[in-house]
Amino acid sequence: MLVETGTVLAAEDLTVELGGLPVLRGVGIAVRAGEAVALLGGNGSGKSTLVRTVLGLLPHQRGTVRLFGSPLRDFRDWSRIGYVPQRSAALFGGSKVKEVVTAGRLARRRLFRSLPRADRDAVRTAITLVGLAEQRNADIAELSGGQQQRALIARALAGEPDLLVLDEPISGVDLEHQRVLADVLAGLLSAGTSALVVLHDVGPLGSLLDRAVVLSDGRVVHDGALGDLGQHRRRLGGHEYLDHGPAAAPDHDDRERLLGGAVEP
Amino acid sequence: MIEILSYPFMQRALIAALLTGLIAPAIGTYVVQRRLSLLGDGLGHVALAGVGLALLTGTAPIPIAVVACIAGAVVVEILRQRGKASGDVGLAVLFYGGLAAGVFLSGISGVGAAGLTQYLFGSLTTVTPNDLTLIALLAVVILVITLGLAPQLYAVSTDEEFARTQGLRVRLYHITVVSLAAVTVALAMRTVGLLLVSALMVVPVAAARNLVRGFTSGLGCAIAIGVATAVGGAAASFYINAAPGAFIVLLAIGFFVLSWPLSYLVRRRRAAAVLPELVDDDELVAAHMVTESHPHRHAPGCGHPAVQHGDHTDFIHEGHRHAAHADHYDEH
Repeated sequence: MLVETGTVLAAEDLTVELGGLPVLRGVGIAVRAGEAVALLGGNGSGKSTLVRTVLGLLPHQRGTVRLFGSPLRDFRDWSRIGYVPQRSAALFGGSKVKEVVTAGRLARRRLFRSLPRADRDAVRTAITLVGLAEQRNADIAELSGGQQQRALIARALAGEPDLLVLDEPISGVDLEHQRVLADVLAGLLSAGTSALVVLHDVGPLGSLLDRAVVLSDGRVVHDGALGDLGQHRRRLGGHEYLDHGPAAAPDHDDRERLLGGAVEP
Repeated sequence: MIEILSYPFMQRALIAALLTGLIAPAIGTYVVQRRLSLLGDGLGHVALAGVGLALLTGTAPIPIAVVACIAGAVVVEILRQRGKASGDVGLAVLFYGGLAAGVFLSGISGVGAAGLTQYLFGSLTTVTPNDLTLIALLAVVILVITLGLAPQLYAVSTDEEFARTQGLRVRLYHITVVSLAAVTVALAMRTVGLLLVSALMVVPVAAARNLVRGFTSGLGCAIAIGVATAVGGAAASFYINAAPGAFIVLLAIGFFVLSWPLSYLVRRRRAAAVLPELVDDDELVAAHMVTESHPHRHAPGCGHPAVQHGDHTDFIHEGHRHAAHADHYDEH
């Protein structure tokens, strides 16, 4: 089992270029066991790229990634990770909700075997947790956007992971189910699960998160308590500020001052 | 039916058709899921190079075509994984190169391009016992993998990135799928022919998607349609003296065309099962039936279909309708 004092996810000096353009420039991020970290930033700031890179879905040009202490290249314990992507090809249809969710057990399944009872139970539990029990046999494409998002969350939960990596998990989910998902996440966190949550806005998950890392233009501009962030945000005139990409460069000095010198030179 | 079973060549033809009907939709399901529906068509071109080589060297065509096809499929997959813009052109060069090489090699072998016709359109009735043994062996391999590894192949074909975060060796599975598709194409050149095999990989899958819901049911239904059309077409073409390959594919397309109105009916029936008959009966309302303990709160987008009912909204809940009334829900 996991060493509770360990770091479950660590990236250092991560540099990623996509199509020749730098998207991440020397990013460092760490999630300790049992910790819930928010990853914030505007559109194009590199949040999803960072998440996809630490999971090995995108190659990086420089830097290191370690998952549960192992270098990414040697990491094999994938059942410990539950990933909720921002978009999924699984939503095109042709699959039942329970088939999509069952894929979340794959890291634990052996080849050429039928699904053991424990896996079926985990799938059923995950579907019930996100409130899709009545839709479990529906085609995933027939669901609303919010329901599809909940199905993807159920898929990650089905694997009973130690680290959840959630890319905007509650976008498109109605308020009632945002609260439901927040409760589910709270339960998992109190049971010792760690989480890295990409968010556009903190929203109902705010009270659950221990720390926030803010990306802007491919760099970490804040790494610390959420409370401090709120203060910065207010002074920066709200969330809009973070939406500016490279075009906002003239504000750079300003931002550096406001964020307490967290911006790299 | 008894009459045609008395001819050994028809026995072999029917068994070969049965095996093709089993394996083509089984592997086709994954090929379609990956949006590579035309892969089989391209591989058919490559298989012709193998046939040409076999004619030139005087060896059995199926084994050489299998090898050529697998090699072509692996090249296709590598080009695709590199994701280069030149990959598309690379595919075209590979496919037409295969076709040209096949025609060229058969020409210098003395057989001539006409000798390729039976492979282009199939020749079920000339399947030899040796052909049949090879087809049966490879069909078993294909079925064991496509059904035994269904959860893994489904995941990599549907959502490659998520499959990767489950630790699946995605590239290896992709190579497996295209290689099995290649084997299927090469085997099918004796049954429905290289030009038509792709149809048997795609059309039953498309028809099945109209008829049933879910991936696993779709796989089973596609195989059933494949077997029915392949065996039915092979048997029927014996009586009406038609080209079996073409007849099998036309039958499959017939299934597909019929599946459209059928899917409409199936969906309506499902909808009817969800939406009970909307009796606009005041007595029912007047009776004021309160639902049992109901912790769920209905709201727009809560997952239960909303129906306008007079001056308020009902939510369809497990076959009956709930309407909010003070602190509880009424049955409407």
